[in-house]
Amino acid sequence: MNIVVCVKYVPDAQADRTFSVDNTTDRAGVDGLLSELDEYAVEEALKIAEANDGEVTILTIGPDRAADALKKALQMGAHRAVHVNDAAIHGSDAIATSLVLAKAIQKLDPQPDLVLTGMASTDGTMGVVPTMLAERLGLPAVTYASELTVADGKVSVRRDGDLASQTIEATLPALVSVTDQINEPRYPSFKGIMAAKKKPVDTWTLADLGVDAELVGLTAAWTTVESFSARPPRQKGQIVTDEGDGGSKLAVFLGEHKFL
Amino acid sequence: MAEVLVLVEHIDGRVRKTTAELLTIARRLGEPAAVFVGSNVAQATDVLAKYGATKIYHSDSADLADYLVVPQAEFLAQIVAQSSPVAVLIPSSPEGKEVAARLAVKTDSGLITDAVDVQLADGKIVTTQSVFAGSYTVAATATTGTAIITVKPNSAPPQQQPAESVDTPVEFAASDLAKTARITASSPKAKSGRPELTEAAIVVSGGRGTSGDFSKVEEFADSLGAAVGASRAAVDAGWYPHTSQVGQTGKQVSPQLYVAVGISGAIQHRAGMQTSKTIIAVNKDEEAPIFELVDFGVVGDLFNVLPQATEAVKTAKG
Ligand SMILES: Cc1cc2nc3c(=O)[nH]c(=O)nc-3n(C[C@H](O)[C@H](O)[C@H](O)COP(=O)(O)OP(=O)(O)OC[C@H]3O[C@@H](n4cnc5c(N)ncnc54)[C@H](O)[C@@H]3O)c2cc1C
Ligand SMILES: Nc1ncnc2c1ncn2[C@@H]1O[C@H](COP(=O)(O)O)[C@@H](O)[C@H]1O
Repeated sequence: MNIVVCVKYVPDAQADRTFSVDNTTDRAGVDGLLSELDEYAVEEALKIAEANDGEVTILTIGPDRAADALKKALQMGAHRAVHVNDAAIHGSDAIATSLVLAKAIQKLDPQPDLVLTGMASTDGTMGVVPTMLAERLGLPAVTYASELTVADGKVSVRRDGDLASQTIEATLPALVSVTDQINEPRYPSFKGIMAAKKKPVDTWTLADLGVDAELVGLTAAWTTVESFSARPPRQKGQIVTDEGDGGSKLAVFLGEHKFL
Repeated sequence: MAEVLVLVEHIDGRVRKTTAELLTIARRLGEPAAVFVGSNVAQATDVLAKYGATKIYHSDSADLADYLVVPQAEFLAQIVAQSSPVAVLIPSSPEGKEVAARLAVKTDSGLITDAVDVQLADGKIVTTQSVFAGSYTVAATATTGTAIITVKPNSAPPQQQPAESVDTPVEFAASDLAKTARITASSPKAKSGRPELTEAAIVVSGGRGTSGDFSKVEEFADSLGAAVGASRAAVDAGWYPHTSQVGQTGKQVSPQLYVAVGISGAIQHRAGMQTSKTIIAVNKDEEAPIFELVDFGVVGDLFNVLPQATEAVKTAKG
């Protein structure tokens, strides 16, 4: 069983995230890390590989520092990693990112049986790259898995929707995006941290993938951020301490603001 | 005038409020045309016409019956090719975003997700999005192909503008790929009888501070006719269903009033509620970060504050 996990290096949500002068996400001025939501995909891949004698490859597209995300996943136990790194990729939108991911996956040898992703990145939070990638690879996709079983050449996924909880099946090869409900990601062990240092990491450029640089990056993006503005800070509100009348005061506020 | 397609969100033909909102937005951009997937289109016609849909594209194809994503995207792509719309508006649900993602690749079009506003400015379709957990607002345009935009609930007050809706049946057959993922079992969720979380005007959410007892939160919510939400801590503890989770990996809500009860206000929770118009918190820790966001806060024990507030609300409402 060969599994590839797509992971993204993102600015830390706890830091003050912002934009660069070209209206793209600032990835230089803010510390980054492996997107927390992709840890669930790495964990799930490791569990499936452990049960099926499989190999886990981690794939990322990102600048030099994105190597940190790969390192973390290798420390958790993944076998090898691929880093697609090319200055021309800066500013790519989801459409271009999915194109490059698709080309990189097609170059893998052996080809994966299963592609796993996080449910959404914690920076862009679009949650559309997995579906776009599946569309490009011609794979069946099941997104937002909160439970995943792989057996008999099939994936079976539990997906919790608003109206119903569904079981969805698809034949391998397939793509599955997983939610933060699916497992509890492991912390790298000391042994894992030491072992990661010797694991193979391939670095590929757009030329290696045969992707025309004109098709990616900020100028090729099919959507443009025209402007951005910080949300005005909220006016400091009124805070009262409950002295036996907190509930009544709350109700008075509701009345004054026409909520009753 | 060019068409603007709106993917109808409905349950067995009962059209949801988001569709009325999308049709209202579509009228700003061009001529709204509804795309209906699934059964009972007849039941939907009146509402769609009331909000200005000039056409209702639909198909009786069995391939669309079980409502999976790929056939819907293929169906929409076929209509896009046929009618060359200027934009396609799709509800920003998980399923809607998937349909939009596939449609964007199929039609070589730019995709904008989670718009909270869409306007026509100097002939350009400009969207507004709220990013980085609600701390920034971004104006964006789709520059290639048909603008494909997923729009969040509550992005426009629905306004009626009755039109003559032309029934437009479409011949459709899904590809083989569309049939490679299928639903093999489905168990319906119990209904709470309360308003839908993402559509509600008022949301009251409980967190770890409830210690698992949501009764005071529910009673307060019911006195206001509000939906009930929960923090991830409360959901992870099994106190409330995951579908009620508010935040980055739950629902993003933007009601007139959001009340956070026993919730500390972590960045991931804020990501789901920061754009609410008015925010109230009840928390016994005056240092809780949620108080940085509030219009009104009560430092106190929720088990004392909420019952008193519930009684006062009931009295005031008579
Ligand atoms: C990848 C990722 C995604 C996440 N996604 C989400 C998400 O979508 N939504 C989400 O909510 N969280 C999310 N989280 C979790 C988030 O970081 C916080 O852990 C969570 O929001 C905390 O929930 P809480 O505020 O209920 O609990 P706590 O942080 O424990 O806060 C409980 C609060 O209750 C107060 N309290 C206790 N007793 C009382 C009482 N009797 N009366 C009044 N107040 C009381 C306490 O003072 C405290 O402030 C995510 C985390 C990660 C890493
Ligand atoms: N640059 C990237 N490199 C590798 N995987 C990515 C990248 N961007 C997005 N992904 C994958 O797609 C998922 C959803 O991302 P998004 O659509 O950007 O929210 C992430 O959780 C990753 O698994």
